[in-house]
Amino acid sequence: IGHPEIFPLVFTTKTQEIFNCRVDEDVTEENCFKLIKKEDIIQDLKTRAAISDFHPVKKVVLEYPGEELLVVFDAKFQYGQNFYFVASEEAKENLLKPPETAEEKEEENREETLEVHPYKPPVHKPWVSLGSEKEIEEESVKDTVTKIKYVISQVHRKFGAPITFTDKNASHVKESYVECTSYQDKTFSIKMLEKDVGVQMVPKVREASTQTKWTYPKNAATQYFPRQLSNEEKEESLSSEKLKEFLRSVHLRMEIALQQNEIMNAFFDDWEALAEDESNSGSKPDAYLKAYQSFTDLHYLKDRTISCVCWHPTIYGIIAVSAKEQLSFEEQVNLSDKSLMQQPVILFLSFSDPIHPQLMLECPEDIYCFQFCPSDPNIIAGGCINGQVLLWDISQHEEKLQKAKTDADGIKVTAVNMVDAFILNTLQYIYMYVGKNSTEPPLVRHCAVSSIQYSHIKPVTDIHWLPDYFKDNRMGATFENRAEICVQLVTCSSDCSVLFWGIPATKLPEQPSSEKVREKEIFYTPPDVPDTSKHLDLCWKPLIKMHLCESDPNTEYGPVRISLRELHYHCKTSEKVQSLNTLEVPTKDSPYTERSTSSSKNLKLLENISTDIFVGTEDGEIVYSNWKMEIDSDSAKPVSQKHAEEYITHTETINALQRSPFFKDIILSIGGRNFAIWKEGVTNGPILQSSCSAGRYTAGHWSLTRPGVFFIGRDDGNIDIWDLLKKSHEPSHFQNISKSMITFISPWIASPKQHFLAVSDDLGVLHVLEICQKRSHPSRNEHANILNYFEREVKYLKYREQEFQ
Amino acid sequence: GIPIRTTLDNSTSVQYAGLLHQLTMKARSTVRDIDPQNDLTFLRIRSKKHEIMVAPDKDYLLIVIQNPCE
Repeated sequence: IGHPEIFPLVFTTKTQEIFNCRVDEDVTEENCFKLIKKEDIIQDLKTRAAISDFHPVKKVVLEYPGEELLVVFDAKFQYGQNFYFVASEEAKENLLKPPETAEEKEEENREETLEVHPYKPPVHKPWVSLGSEKEIEEESVKDTVTKIKYVISQVHRKFGAPITFTDKNASHVKESYVECTSYQDKTFSIKMLEKDVGVQMVPKVREASTQTKWTYPKNAATQYFPRQLSNEEKEESLSSEKLKEFLRSVHLRMEIALQQNEIMNAFFDDWEALAEDESNSGSKPDAYLKAYQSFTDLHYLKDRTISCVCWHPTIYGIIAVSAKEQLSFEEQVNLSDKSLMQQPVILFLSFSDPIHPQLMLECPEDIYCFQFCPSDPNIIAGGCINGQVLLWDISQHEEKLQKAKTDADGIKVTAVNMVDAFILNTLQYIYMYVGKNSTEPPLVRHCAVSSIQYSHIKPVTDIHWLPDYFKDNRMGATFENRAEICVQLVTCSSDCSVLFWGIPATKLPEQPSSEKVREKEIFYTPPDVPDTSKHLDLCWKPLIKMHLCESDPNTEYGPVRISLRELHYHCKTSEKVQSLNTLEVPTKDSPYTERSTSSSKNLKLLENISTDIFVGTEDGEIVYSNWKMEIDSDSAKPVSQKHAEEYITHTETINALQRSPFFKDIILSIGGRNFAIWKEGVTNGPILQSSCSAGRYTAGHWSLTRPGVFFIGRDDGNIDIWDLLKKSHEPSHFQNISKSMITFISPWIASPKQHFLAVSDDLGVLHVLEICQKRSHPSRNEHANILNYFEREVKYLKYREQEFQ
Repeated sequence: GIPIRTTLDNSTSVQYAGLLHQLTMKARSTVRDIDPQNDLTFLRIRSKKHEIMVAPDKDYLLIVIQNPCE
């Protein structure tokens, strides 16, 4: 279409045969050019006329100047048909040749990747009208009407006449000219009201400079230790006159200041004191004891009564509870007939997990009483119903107990640190693992049991640890205990004896107790017992046995509770085990004296330790005696002193005999239907004795925070709170805790804000109550007031005795 | 200052001497700044735990530490 000399043609096969341009035979894609003579075409035209393929281009053919015509096979149908016919010589030449030259060029410049298009000058083409000339015609302005022409001229005769010119002043004649003067036209003047003006402010800058001398601080000298005067210099200064003068002048001032201090307590906070008074006299808080938690266990505490409750001294929230069978009176007498329904245990309960006990201590028999060792809370000593004394070591479970408060679920096994290839330990691990699976708390077997021969015959009713600063030996003399660990126990039982026991060094827990277990694989020991005291089983003997009897040996006392004067511990929680200086025991039969024995000469003999003992008996007597052993001159054997005093104030068994935590010589005894307060040294009688109450008192304890307050439990499940400063004839407050008899009360200070009272009852339930803050805080001067009160009572007692003597 | 005579242990008395000397100097300069005719006669510091009394002089310093009377 763009090439006017190219005419697409269709060649039928007949035509192709005639002209020898058959497709794919004569003419192929590469060789697509065919030159056909003009005469042949004309001939064909004549012969075939209308059906000839050249018919459409007949005219072109006839006009073709050359002899041969080029027909090109158009395989790609570039021009619309399978052949096209080239109408001009030039084009023919171009088509025939350029492909050749192009091919040549391509062969020459094969490396060149650029396609060089040969420059074709623009080909002149006839203009094709697209309608623009019409627009031009419309827009152009043409005259529609021919213009009229006028010519005006003067009469012909006036042309060419002579003229003379003269000058005339234009200003003389007014109308000869018209003046257009310029004037200020007000309508065109615009008054400028606002003008935009650009202003630039330039600060006045002035340069000035000064020079100062900068002194920077530099250490001239550094002092590493303080200056001190030598002794001579000190002496000199001390004796100089100047000093004397100085002292003279200053001394007066200082005295005044000190006097002022004496007169007035500068540190007294009036506001605080005011608040205290108000709270005491104001409205009562609604509940003195708030129920905090109560514990019971279906397996171990059901149908049993709790005999003793002890708080763990260091770990918050852990209480240990021992249970015993509820025995009728007859059964209590014939203890041997009692059948053990279930393994008695001591349960460790935790606040965080009220249902599952954390730990259980296995006991061969029911435990009547037990205590934690004050210097090492992992040792627990307990007294059994058959008179034996047991020791447990729970140092392995200490970690677990401490964790018990943080995780309330599950029971973790702390045997992780002991797992290794030894057989013993794999057994241990399996045991622990089994324990874990059944979600039972781990059972700790006792690590020492006293020998049956030498223990008590009747149930052990009270057990206490002796304080850590003295020990005694078989001779009864007290020695200083250098190691700050409690090593001795005292127990009493209703078979009229008080026994002192000592714990040998190896029993005390050391770090490598687990390692010892690992080493001795020959002996099979129960997995979780440190075998350090293996040899102590059943051969533990007491150190001193004290027999309580009156002046005539017929009447004996059956102690139920004892109280030693020196039972105030200062519990040291340091875990380091110092090397023990054990005493050399003079007698031969002592299988348990150990490794390092030092001569007892080195230890000081403590003579000012009071060896007096208060004993509360089965029959309600209070006996005041001395357990110091003295060598009887006659028989040369150590014999206990026979000095004893007894008081009969109670009618029934003494349930509690306790020293006040604030006053060392004030003792509270509770038994039967009344209680009494005693002062050591006052031999006339109790300084305070309560009247008989309606119910029986069954348990009691001093308050740990307030000097004049103590708690008494009754057999109807009430707790009476006595406050001696308020009322001394009746309890100041009472509250019902449970339905059955209260068996044990134990207060505890867990934190300065939380004061607990653990109350156990006959049904095996342990109630933990919280003493409300206000009530547990002592008022100002309470201590002094109580002291005054007691002294007054003592005086009154003396007076009474004198008067009625 | 250097302690001449003391009832406390060495390190404590040295500490007290140094610190209180500086404090006394400061207090004295304060008093004199306000009124140049004035001078410091006695310095008492009451804290929660103790009361410290200082009597200054030209060359010497007397320091008394007292616990509250209770």
